[in-house]
Amino acid sequence: MIPGPFSYHRPATLADAVKLLSTLGDEARPLAGGHSLVPMMKLRLATPEHLVDLHGIDGLKGIRRDGNRIVIGAMTTQHELLASDEIAKSLPMLHETVLLIADPQVRYRGTIGGNVANGDPGNDMPALMLTLGASYRLEGTAGARDVAASEFYQGAYFTALEPGEILTSISIPAPAAGHGYAYEKLKRKVGDYATAAAAVVLTMSGGKVAGCAIGLTNLHETPLLAAEAARCVIGTSLDEATLKKAAAAAEAIMSPAADARGPVEYRKHVGGIMVTRALTRAAGRAS
Amino acid sequence: MNDMTPTREQREANLEGMGCKRKRVEDIRFTQGKGNYVDDLKLPGMLHGDFVRSPHAHARVKSINSDEALKVPGVLAVITAETLKTVNLAWMPTLAGDVQMVLADGKVLFQNQEVAFVVATDRYAADDGINKVQVEYEPLPVVIDPFKAMDADAPVLREDLAGKTTGAHGPRKHHNHVFEWTVGDKDLTDAAFRKAEVTVKEMISYHRTHPSPLETCQCVCSFDKIKGELTIWGTFQAPHVIRTVVALIAKIPEHKIHVISPDIGGGFGNKVGAYPGYICAAVASIVTGKPVKWVEDRIENLTATSFARDYHMTTEIASTKEGKVNGLRVHVLADHGAFDACADPSKWPAGFFNIVTGSYDFPVAHLSVDGIYTNKAPGGVAYRCSFRVTEAAYCIERGMDILAQKLGMDPAELRLKNFIKPEQFPYHSALGWEYDSGDYATAMRKMMESVDYAGLRKEQAAQRAAFNRGETREIMGIGVSFFTEIVGAGPSKNCDILGIAMFDSCEIRMHPTGAGIARVGSKSQGQGHETTWAQIIATEIGIPASDIMVEEGNTDTAPYGLGTYGSRSTPVAGAAIAMAARKIKAKAQMIAAYKLEVHEGDLEWDIDGFRVKGLPEKSMSMKDICWAAYNSVPPGMEPGLEAVSYYDPPNMTYPFGAYICVMNIDVDTGVYKVRRFYALDDCGTRINPMIIEGQVHGGLTEAFAIAMGQEIRYDDTGNVVTGSFMDFFMPTAVETPHWETDFTVTPSPHHPIGAKGVGESPNVGGVPAFSNAVNDAFSFLGSTHIQMPHDYWRNWRAAKNLGVFA
Ligand SMILES: Cc1cc2nc3c(=O)[nH]c(=O)nc-3n(C[C@H](O)[C@H](O)[C@H](O)COP(=O)(O)OP(=O)(O)OC[C@H]3O[C@@H](n4cnc5c(N)ncnc54)[C@H](O)[C@@H]3O)c2cc1C
Repeated sequence: MIPGPFSYHRPATLADAVKLLSTLGDEARPLAGGHSLVPMMKLRLATPEHLVDLHGIDGLKGIRRDGNRIVIGAMTTQHELLASDEIAKSLPMLHETVLLIADPQVRYRGTIGGNVANGDPGNDMPALMLTLGASYRLEGTAGARDVAASEFYQGAYFTALEPGEILTSISIPAPAAGHGYAYEKLKRKVGDYATAAAAVVLTMSGGKVAGCAIGLTNLHETPLLAAEAARCVIGTSLDEATLKKAAAAAEAIMSPAADARGPVEYRKHVGGIMVTRALTRAAGRAS
Repeated sequence: MNDMTPTREQREANLEGMGCKRKRVEDIRFTQGKGNYVDDLKLPGMLHGDFVRSPHAHARVKSINSDEALKVPGVLAVITAETLKTVNLAWMPTLAGDVQMVLADGKVLFQNQEVAFVVATDRYAADDGINKVQVEYEPLPVVIDPFKAMDADAPVLREDLAGKTTGAHGPRKHHNHVFEWTVGDKDLTDAAFRKAEVTVKEMISYHRTHPSPLETCQCVCSFDKIKGELTIWGTFQAPHVIRTVVALIAKIPEHKIHVISPDIGGGFGNKVGAYPGYICAAVASIVTGKPVKWVEDRIENLTATSFARDYHMTTEIASTKEGKVNGLRVHVLADHGAFDACADPSKWPAGFFNIVTGSYDFPVAHLSVDGIYTNKAPGGVAYRCSFRVTEAAYCIERGMDILAQKLGMDPAELRLKNFIKPEQFPYHSALGWEYDSGDYATAMRKMMESVDYAGLRKEQAAQRAAFNRGETREIMGIGVSFFTEIVGAGPSKNCDILGIAMFDSCEIRMHPTGAGIARVGSKSQGQGHETTWAQIIATEIGIPASDIMVEEGNTDTAPYGLGTYGSRSTPVAGAAIAMAARKIKAKAQMIAAYKLEVHEGDLEWDIDGFRVKGLPEKSMSMKDICWAAYNSVPPGMEPGLEAVSYYDPPNMTYPFGAYICVMNIDVDTGVYKVRRFYALDDCGTRINPMIIEGQVHGGLTEAFAIAMGQEIRYDDTGNVVTGSFMDFFMPTAVETPHWETDFTVTPSPHHPIGAKGVGESPNVGGVPAFSNAVNDAFSFLGSTHIQMPHDYWRNWRAAKNLGVFA
């Protein structure tokens, strides 16, 4: 549990960081909170020769309203998300989910940018971003581009980030007024990644579901949008039969790995239960 | 009398003696980060060693090439089995009579086995060196399932034992067999089963787990070439034993070996045995002439040094239709991994597992244990346990529940019906122990009343009915456990380690001003000895506990002791402390008689000094006696006030307790919720109720972890899949249930202060309470036994297998 040798860089501007990353090449990695990267380095599963610390760059932090969107700087820590009134008011689901990440120590260091950029299927933020329809701003030597969260994840630890690119901010459309939401996460203990988790955002109209998005965490090598499951609840009052159908539709796209959290069959089964519980709880919150 | 004269109550309170909830004196430094642990030690020129470990569970080592590693800046040496052979240390003896490779000699037998030891100027360089050592392996077929280890065609694991049909504990019947151990009368037991009206039989497994103390195993070895002396600072629960073992295997005269255990961050049995790291660090220091530090990381700790349990217990009970037990038959398959590295008293290959008759009056019983080798880490140690007592208690407490279910009887009633009765003590068990004292029914009834047992059963019946009607997906379980432990190893007539009798010791020196120091052969790893030992002395000799300093862990200053594990400190060292104090008091009485000009027999003890019978104003305090001991002793008496006592206990002690756990389980997810846990402990005389409560809380938390998920699990190819705290269940305060504690007091009749020991009781009694709660929850669906650990997915699987999702 001792990392290999590496050099440490602390650029003061985004341009310097981008330049460093592109000249140092594959052996350089951005360092945010370090709470995913450093454990991997201690196990020597990651052996970057250069760490480019993003903490010295002004302007990568902060939460602001931009019209109908909430824009969050990549280096905003999970703790800062919890402390933000703007988040509590406009994105209560983000608040609820961040509280389920690890423990206060991790949340003081861990950043939202690192969480979504990491590409770890166990991280909770990515499925939430899919569900909320977020997009990521990526900046590299070739300039800036926006990529939808739904286009970002390609495989476990593989993302749309090109070498040298930095994820600078996350932009989330404010959910409709009166929306219902829930993040249901089954974990074995504080500090554990999800055995299965489901994110739901929905709107109700006349006792029936009008719109719905469902995201899934740690049930596939990437976060998933359970589109079919979401479709089958539209227009229903979430009766028992519909919930069952939605769970089955969600389970159909899950392909978790067997691990100490349980065999594949169990993880899919509880994945379905997380979907039904999240739907029910979200509906109860919608107005 | 003026107002300033303290009352008797004030004098009593001032002592902070036995029975006082004295705050832990060691916490003053621990809570300020001022403890002094092995890894805090930094010596000039100190080097760091770390291991190259095997990725394979079983493989031939074709070659080891260190050339590239030696080129890494800072790397000074790479030690292999070939190096160790030059000093005859490639293998080392285990405490269980086996031998163990220090470094891979020709093959590896478990994943993460030590293969080479890289020594460097700092820890980073050592790890860089590790990554450059090239080892060529040829994988061999593995044996992971203990039930397949003795198949005729099972791979041969221990080639070093080829042709050896006898091991340390008698005949070996297979190449992967370690020993067979039998106790009890087989014929009488078989006859009882033939005649029995009712019998039950179940294979009850206690899975493989690990003590996982917060601080891992570590040491610093420093060899002084000029003086020929070796100093070892280490995380040793038994420093004197380590000194003797080093003297025996390294051939250094014992007076030239200094073993020091500084503060220890938890042991739980993990730090009793000797590990390759200690040997390699010592050899590296001898070779380099510099101090060498070895510090295990978490993964190494979980995967290589001393697992616990892995006992597979086929349990049979015979009884009458009314539930009076009349026979117990147990066969154990004991998985020791690659080497039998148990840390039991030497003549006890399965520890004190023959306490398996528990708290019940079995007229006959028979036990057989087969130890076997597999491709897993060596052990198994007693994790917060007096040598397999945890396994035995789990076996009989599950067994009694299974019998109750078959008889259609309430499990608490069945236990009450079969308890050994107070008038039967001292009680001779069918498997050879003499229980010292107990009042089981009283403890059991107190527990039942405290939790309204009848009310809980009523609630459970209603919950089951609601479940059957489809109104809830939660089931409710009530887990009863009544354990009897055997602790305080132990009497020289049956306990030794490598031939050293398992006494313990204390030396007390009183200084002229009435303060003193007590040095003891035990070694606290968090148990609070510095607090409680002083309390015993305070009550015995009337000097305030705050004026007694307790010191342990330095073999140069402490009298020889066998260390702390198996709940032996209070039963053995605690007795030695009381006996040493009584020697002090006896001499003090002579001095007081001389000073007060009366006959010794005319004096009586009065809290903190002696007074003349019938003349209470004529008295002398212990503090004043201390002064007198150094300047005006009676003619012919040696000055000074010191005493040493070595205590060889006449018997073990037998603490007991009644525990109950109430739990709900959601069948859809397997998620459980512990609603209530009540633990009544009887550990005899209580020295410090606050420390007892703390010990019970800690032990229950470990029991909760073990029963509900904590395991060392291997996949089919021998990879450890739970090798870090991500997957090895270590509950936080959030998951840990609330504990209710209670007690009764049945003193030990043979112990000087009547104390029995409590550190391990909650782990011993807790696990069956949790497991019985889970099993009880599922029983109405038709299950008789579900194996531990009861983590979420296994609970779901149990529900599924019982047709809940049909
Ligand atoms: C004990 C523990 C438990 C945890 N439990 C959870 C949990 O339950 N749920 C959960 O979601 N997370 C969990 N985490 C992870 C935690 O939230 C991490 O902080 C987070 O995943 C990564 O954020 P970071 O800022 O620490 O990133 P880092 O570790 O610094 O970086 C992670 C990766 O992303 C890259 N990266 C970081 N920032 C950027 C950027 N701006 N642009 C491009 N690439 C970037 C890095 O190069 C690296 O490859 C846990 C962590 C620990 C240690």
